[in-house]
Order: sequence, then C-alpha cells, then structure tokens
Amino acid sequence: MAADSRIRIENVTKRFGTIEAVKNASLTVAEGEVVLVIGPSGSGKSTLLRCVNRLETATEGEIWIDNDRVTDPHGNIRLIREEVGMVFQSFNLFPHLTALENIALGPRKVKREPRGVSRDRARTLLARVGLADKEDTYPNHLSGGQQQRVAIARALAMEPKVMLFDEPTSALDPEMIKEVLDVMLQLAQDGMTMLVVSHEMGFARAAADKVVFMDNGEVIESGTPEDVFDRPTEERTRRFLQHIL
Amino acid sequence: MASVNETKTQSTSTQITVSDGALIPDRGEGSIFSAWNISFFGALGLVVLLPVISPEPYLEVIRFVPDGILKTFQVTLISIVFALIIGLITGLGRISRVVFLNRLATVYVEVIRGIPLLVQLFYIYFALGRFLSLDRLVAAILAMSICYGAYMGEIFRAGIQSIPKGQMEAALALGMSRRQALRLVILPQTMRTILPPIGNEFIALLKDSSLVSIVAVSDLLRRGREYASTTFYYFETYTMVALIYLVITLFFSKVVAIMEERLEHGGR
Repeated sequence: MAADSRIRIENVTKRFGTIEAVKNASLTVAEGEVVLVIGPSGSGKSTLLRCVNRLETATEGEIWIDNDRVTDPHGNIRLIREEVGMVFQSFNLFPHLTALENIALGPRKVKREPRGVSRDRARTLLARVGLADKEDTYPNHLSGGQQQRVAIARALAMEPKVMLFDEPTSALDPEMIKEVLDVMLQLAQDGMTMLVVSHEMGFARAAADKVVFMDNGEVIESGTPEDVFDRPTEERTRRFLQHIL
Repeated sequence: MASVNETKTQSTSTQITVSDGALIPDRGEGSIFSAWNISFFGALGLVVLLPVISPEPYLEVIRFVPDGILKTFQVTLISIVFALIIGLITGLGRISRVVFLNRLATVYVEVIRGIPLLVQLFYIYFALGRFLSLDRLVAAILAMSICYGAYMGEIFRAGIQSIPKGQMEAALALGMSRRQALRLVILPQTMRTILPPIGNEFIALLKDSSLVSIVAVSDLLRRGREYASTTFYYFETYTMVALIYLVITLFFSKVVAIMEERLEHGGR
C-alpha cells in the first residue's frame, strides 16, 4: 500500500492561530489514481491540498510525495514542488506574459532548459489543451476557460509526477466548465496522478477512483464515487450531498 | 513633496491618488480650455511673448538661465536614478520577512519622511560637511536621493503588495525561489503599476531640486537669483523663473498622463 502511493497524507492538522482548519486528516493517492475531495466551504479541503506542496505548512502530521517528505522543515521544498503541478481556482496566470511564455517560464527558469526546448514543449502543450492558436495571446484576452487550460498546461510543462487541482472550475461560467473538465479527463485517462478539490459530480463519476468527503476539517468518509454519492454511510455526507445534488 | 499611491490594478481598479507632484490632466479633459491647456500654453506664451514685448530684461533673463535649467535637469535626473535604486532596495526591505532588514528599511522611511528635505540638505552639506567635506553638487544629489529614496520605497512596497497573492503562489508552486518569483513574476507587474506614481515623484523632485540653490548649486532658481541680485529686476526675473518651472513641470505631467493612459489601455 505505502509503496505504490504517490501522495501520502498522514494525520495532518493545520491550525491558523486557534482555528483548526484541518484536523488529523489522512489520505493516500496511488500512482495513476484520481482522488476527488469534496465538502462544504470552510471544510479545510483546500487547506489540506495546499499543505501538499507546502503553500501552507502543516502544523502536525506528515506528508510524503513518493519518498520525499514534504513536511521536513529542512528539506528542499523547491525540488518537491517541481514535481507537483498545481492548478488554482483563480488561474493565477502571469498577466505580463503571453500564453506561451506562461507555460515556458517554469521549465526555462527552474529547470534551466534552453529557450527553444521549453518553447517547443509549450507549443505542444497548448495544442494538447486545444489552444494552439493562442500562443501569443495575453491572459486578459483569454476567456476564463481558456485561462484555466493554459494554467493546466503551465503546470504540466514541469512534467510533474502528480497534479493538484484547487477548485479548478469554481470561478468559471457554466459554459466554460466542460472545456476544462475535458482536459482534466484526458489527463486522468493518460494516467496522471491527480488530487482534486472539486464538486464536479460528472467528473467524479467519469474519472475519480476515490472520493473523499471532508467536513469541519475532518475526513468523514471516502470510497468509490458510487459508494460515497449513492450509498453514503455518514449522516453528514448525506446532508451535504442533498445540498449540492 | 511626495505622492504615495495605493494602487490596486486588476480589472477593477480603485485608485486614490493624493499627490502634489503636479496636476495630472484627467482623461476626458479634452477641451481646448482644459486647465492643463490654459496653464501650459499660457505659460509658454508668456515665456515667448514677454521677451519680445520687453527684451530688457526678459530676453536677458532667458539668455542668462539656460545653464541653470541644465543643472536643474542634471540634479533631477541623477537624483531620480539613485532614488529609484534606493527605493527598490527599501521597498524590498519593507516587505522582507527578515526582521532586521524589515526594521532597518522601515526606520529609514520613518526617519527620512519625518525630516523636511531642506533640513536634510542642510544636515548633509553643513553638518556632515564638518567630517566629509562633500562637494556641494554631490551633497545636493545625495540629499535628494536619500529623501526621495524613502518615498520611492513606499511606492515600491505598495506596488509589490498590490500584486495578488496568487501570483507569488503560482510562481512558488512551479518550484521558483522567492527571489526568482520576485524578479520574474512580481516586479515586472509592479513596474506597470508604479510607473505613474514614479512619474509624479519625478515632477515633485524636479520642483524640489530648486532647494539645492540654497547650497549654491547654480540651478535655474540660483541663476535667476544671481541675475536679479545684480540687476535688481526681481519681479521680472522671478516671473520668468516661475514660468519656466511651470512649462517644464506641466510638460512632464502631460508625459506622465499619456504614459498612464497607455498602461491602462495598452492591452496586455
């Protein structure tokens, strides 16, 4: 079990002052697995996700990416982050750079790749997310869905071992959600290991191997999408699902 | 003396600008009789007309002061370059998580902002002159740079802090160091935000550069004073000096306004 898990979160607690955002949460994501974390807002799911690449530092507990200990205060988090792609709710594209430059920047500056190599890969990735014709476009001339697809390409450009998605469709207009989910679905089918905070039921049923329900900072239950959505064992899960379905 | 702009750029921009740099013309103030047009062309007209109507003494003043104008620009340009360098370092210090650097930068800003520029100038030239014996031009530029560096520091700080937090996070998530993220992601965006307030500071500095005449640097004001004190044409001389300052500052305020507009509407 432990051997083939790419992301291992063990008894993680995150406190902000006296507020416990995450309480003793554990979960694992195996190689090639897609795990979806759902839960009401303020349930700590995004905080937990952000602990995985140490945008937030876990107060207690351990997080491992393969054999690298994220929670090691003396470890080089930058090396781990190179292998962990992240996609944000608000895209966070760099507005002063074109779509192509956004994607090429990481490999060129972090991995010190030659300019030509990083730009070639960026072009390939733009084509993969269906935006081959947008390479010279600046982010504020792209729609939300297009921006998020560029953001996914930007994360993929680092050739990460795992991908984190923090509510990737929450800031999108409904008609743009599908184009982003299609890219994510394709990624899942290509075998990417993914930890996704999202309420997209359709995506969960189509692509998720496991759904984790969090409430009030705790992991309440987890299982296959069918188990959690159709036969939830916990009352809190049932109540939450009534609200979003 | 200085403008501190807390500017939030992004699509919704709220901007509160309190500045005594110079009147920056508003967009839409396109009328021929806009305040800027009246002031600028009025002043320019007078600078041209007065010497024609009454060459003695106006034309002589015009002939007497050009090297003063050059000196004014020299002091202003050199000072603004140093102030920008000091400002960038100070701004980074103000947001630094290293307590010592943060405190140092903050104390610098507080101390400098609490002392009038004229007093700083006196202090560097006369008080420190006892130990350093600085050239008066060097002392003048030093005082202007140190003073404006503090204000620039606040502009840089506000500019950096106006960049949404997600930008730094996205850069860090790619594996960049904080330093790389600042250099490649945050500062390039900051530049666009702070260019207009820096333009304002430039104009304010240009005006304040007249203070250096006190330590006998022969800038525009000093040259005027030299002329007036030998000819006793005080009214005529200082009228010309004031008009020349006005033409210069209004010209640059227009440049800043155009720059600001380009930045807002220039796509990207």
